[in-house]
Amino acid sequence: MDRKRLRILVAKPGLDGHDRGAKIISLALRDAGMEVIYSGLHQSIDQIVSTAVQESVDIIGLSIMTGAHLSISEKLVSKLSAEGIDDMRIVVGGVIPKDDIQKLKAMGIADVFPNGTKFDQIIDGLNALVQ
Amino acid sequence: MGVATYIKDEKDSIRNVTLQSGIEVKPVYTPDDLKAVGFDYQTDLGDPGDFPFTRSLHPLGYRSRNWTTRQYTGFGTPEETNQRFKLMIANGQNGLNVAFDLPTQMGLDSDDPRAEGEVGRVGMAVDSLRDFEIAFRDIDLKKIGSGLTINAVASIMLAMYQAVAEKYGYQKDQISATPQNDILKEIIGRGAWIYPVEHGVRLIGDTIEYSMKALPKCNPVSICGYHIRESGANPAQEIGYAFLIAFAYVDNVIARGYNAEDFVGRFSFNLNIYGNLWETVAKFRAARKLWAKLLRERYGVQNKKSLFLRGLFGGGGSGLTKEQPENNIMRGAYYVLAAALGGAQTTALCSFDEAYSIPTERSTLLSLRTLQILMDETGLRDTVDPLAGSYFIETLTKQMEDRILSEMAEIENLGGIVNGISKGEVQRRVAGQAYEYEKRLQNGEAIKVGVNKYMEGVTKEVELHQYDNSWAKRQIENLKELKRTRDNGLVGKTLDALRAAAEVNQNVMPCLVDCCKAYATVGEMADVFRDVFGEFDEPSLF
Repeated sequence: MDRKRLRILVAKPGLDGHDRGAKIISLALRDAGMEVIYSGLHQSIDQIVSTAVQESVDIIGLSIMTGAHLSISEKLVSKLSAEGIDDMRIVVGGVIPKDDIQKLKAMGIADVFPNGTKFDQIIDGLNALVQ
Repeated sequence: MGVATYIKDEKDSIRNVTLQSGIEVKPVYTPDDLKAVGFDYQTDLGDPGDFPFTRSLHPLGYRSRNWTTRQYTGFGTPEETNQRFKLMIANGQNGLNVAFDLPTQMGLDSDDPRAEGEVGRVGMAVDSLRDFEIAFRDIDLKKIGSGLTINAVASIMLAMYQAVAEKYGYQKDQISATPQNDILKEIIGRGAWIYPVEHGVRLIGDTIEYSMKALPKCNPVSICGYHIRESGANPAQEIGYAFLIAFAYVDNVIARGYNAEDFVGRFSFNLNIYGNLWETVAKFRAARKLWAKLLRERYGVQNKKSLFLRGLFGGGGSGLTKEQPENNIMRGAYYVLAAALGGAQTTALCSFDEAYSIPTERSTLLSLRTLQILMDETGLRDTVDPLAGSYFIETLTKQMEDRILSEMAEIENLGGIVNGISKGEVQRRVAGQAYEYEKRLQNGEAIKVGVNKYMEGVTKEVELHQYDNSWAKRQIENLKELKRTRDNGLVGKTLDALRAAAEVNQNVMPCLVDCCKAYATVGEMADVFRDVFGEFDEPSLF
């Protein structure tokens, strides 16, 4: 592949501090050859967008466990469009009920990886987004 | 990893077993193994109720007292939570364990923009004393003790608990609260921290010092190996790191001129129950013994009761799976068996639907029944420490003790637990182990039924707890009304006094009680600390 390495920001939006999943996926993506930036905890949407721009990532991956994934994702989608950023894709992982996957995709989330998704599937899914 | 590492031959016969803590398990144990580890009844066990308490804290174990059951409970506004508390008590639960929503845990009021979407979601929203008045209405606080699962602002919640108790006519020495109040583990896992480490530890020291004098039946800190284990640590690290964290709090209070003897008897622990059954039982027995021994050695504690490792052995969240969720009912039953065989004083069990959401009324009652069935139907109360003397369990308990000590030594060699956590080294170790386990789960080396073995290929739907948007609306309206109707001059005065105490290193607890009684909000009190202490700068190692 002659393309540059995929760059992803793994972000923990909002107040939740359960970061086992975010850290595991960061390690797995790094081992898969991606450039991974981990945001740390308690990030606001503005902070996430600003880090993503600064690091010029291809993808923002949100890790959400609390059930607030719909409202958080919606905010990030609107923020990116308000800033005129159209070259970044957003994916969501965490505790996501099946019924919400379509809702997330309908609002512009590129892919959803509920807890239990295998690393290979996530890696393939992310690579597919930047091809 | 998994519950252990198994090496099998082509006929599925097990060649080698290595527990998560690194201990090799043999196929057969005999008296020779006890000899090899130097087992001695008097020094290693003693009778139940005698030092070093390996067998039990109390001479008669569960014969003299059933365990305390405390399902983790709270959602929506204080009204919903109060109803649920009463339901659980009516069904035989004999303690409470309060779940707070994330804004409350992070010291934010419900009307703060950062709280949007989270009010009442994973626990009860609490903004002021008015909310505690509703949450604890009609609950006998003399009989029912309350765990308060909150850390960064635990000092505020302990003050509020005292305030609500006094408002309802109880004396300070009649109430028993157990705030979690363990900021160091909160940084390792779970993540609801606010202030820099040294200020977080100072607030914990304040609650311990205050409780010693004012709240003698409260347990001002509950050190949570639990969340360290949930984040990926093995059982020996869970205990070893928890002990080092406990010593950091002990040292803070000793530096104020007290002896460990004066206060350490009110410490409690929150430890995890999932994993290999034998390793878990040995972990609890070794932990009880080692805590007593280390308190004697390090701090010269003599009083018997001050040497007790008291605590909640429960939960088991990380052992549960999203796949085939009903299987979690069976898993939970085995986990609580380990807790009972390990002599848990207090317990709670995660519910089968918690890989999806906080539990429903039905699922949390099922967990309570699981605890009750174990104690009332299966004979667990018949005799104390029934596994004592087993060649295997006693050998394993000795080996666990050694593993815990070596995990402690490793962190002390890194420059100590506070340093290791501040720099992110401890977190990195724990996350690395979580990743290794996940890889083994994904490649089938660690077995999880329904996840990578005996899969069904279809997702069965379960009825889930539903979040109601009207809770946040109601909570915010009530908060606005409170701010209109309270004596705002008095609120300002009590907050100023709090700021002054925080700035000069004076114990903040009396000021927090005054603030709570004046109906200052959690956000207002937490903001005073934010101004004075600043915020923790998280090392983003992974």
